[in-house]
Amino acid sequence: MKGVFSRLLMALLFKKKRVKIGIYGPPNAGKTTLANRIVHTFVDEEDDVGVSTEVPHETRRVVKREGVNIDLTKNLSQDNPVSNPKTKRSKAKLALDVVDTPGLATKIDFRDFMAYGMDEEVAKRRAKEATEGVIEAIKWLDDIDGVLLLMDSTEDPYTQTNIVIIGNMEARGIPVIIAANKVDLPDSAPQRIKNAFPQHHVVPISALKGDNIEALYGEMAKVFR
Amino acid sequence: MQIEMRLISKDKMESMSPTEKLRFVLDGVKSGNIVVLEGGLTSEEQMKLIELTMIEVSEDFPGIEMSGYPSKSGFLHMRKKTRLTVVGPAKTMKTIKKEKDLISAIISST
Repeated sequence: MKGVFSRLLMALLFKKKRVKIGIYGPPNAGKTTLANRIVHTFVDEEDDVGVSTEVPHETRRVVKREGVNIDLTKNLSQDNPVSNPKTKRSKAKLALDVVDTPGLATKIDFRDFMAYGMDEEVAKRRAKEATEGVIEAIKWLDDIDGVLLLMDSTEDPYTQTNIVIIGNMEARGIPVIIAANKVDLPDSAPQRIKNAFPQHHVVPISALKGDNIEALYGEMAKVFR
Repeated sequence: MQIEMRLISKDKMESMSPTEKLRFVLDGVKSGNIVVLEGGLTSEEQMKLIELTMIEVSEDFPGIEMSGYPSKSGFLHMRKKTRLTVVGPAKTMKTIKKEKDLISAIISST
């Protein structure tokens, strides 16, 4: 594992032209929806990174989309200007690879999938693939430069999975932005996430509807450069 | 159904290698026990435990529930000290909830 100092040294000596950003979070937080939105906005409206459904563990393999150029000067709409003009001038561009990861979980029970109408055989296969996906997502942590941690703002954020991801990133010296997703839902409470993790950047968004998404891109351009 | 709770001393945890420690915890949990670790596991150890758990998930062992008190930063934030970690089998430990100074778990055999 790379330590904080070796990462800082490497960052100082060899500044990367393109950063690798992992989208992490629990199942059904909206990771693939966000990955799709980023790619639709900055690459191709027809290009999907993956499929989003209500069934947990829909993404069971890591998917990397290379060469995404976030350019806020071109893509910000006139209706949503960046509030801080300095951000727009000096840090409005970021070249990255987007890594959409399977949801991290401490338990995967095939019976939970049967509740979505799958037969036993299909549910067992999906559970097996989901466990492999979690392992793959964890292994990718060694190979990324920044983490977008997605949390469902309608759920309790203080889960051990969220705490473990953040703790690992802090130990490795990898920057983290928390996106408090699903703010379009009536029982959303992004402030609860801000209260739980006050030491981190928290941006309330709706990956599905696009609410406040420019603020997230601006934060990414600032933190992940 | 009887459920055993094992309270493991910090001395015992420190006497084991990282791999031994995770094996010890997971074996205890797979046997149906709730394992409480004085001193706790670091975030990296917890991530390794999740990884090891996923390798061993089966029909009878769907995984673990885990919680703990957050670590406290040591000198110059260089080293984080963990405090306590609770790990149990997801099959019987239905929910685990943490508040600032209280961890509660609902245990059920159904």
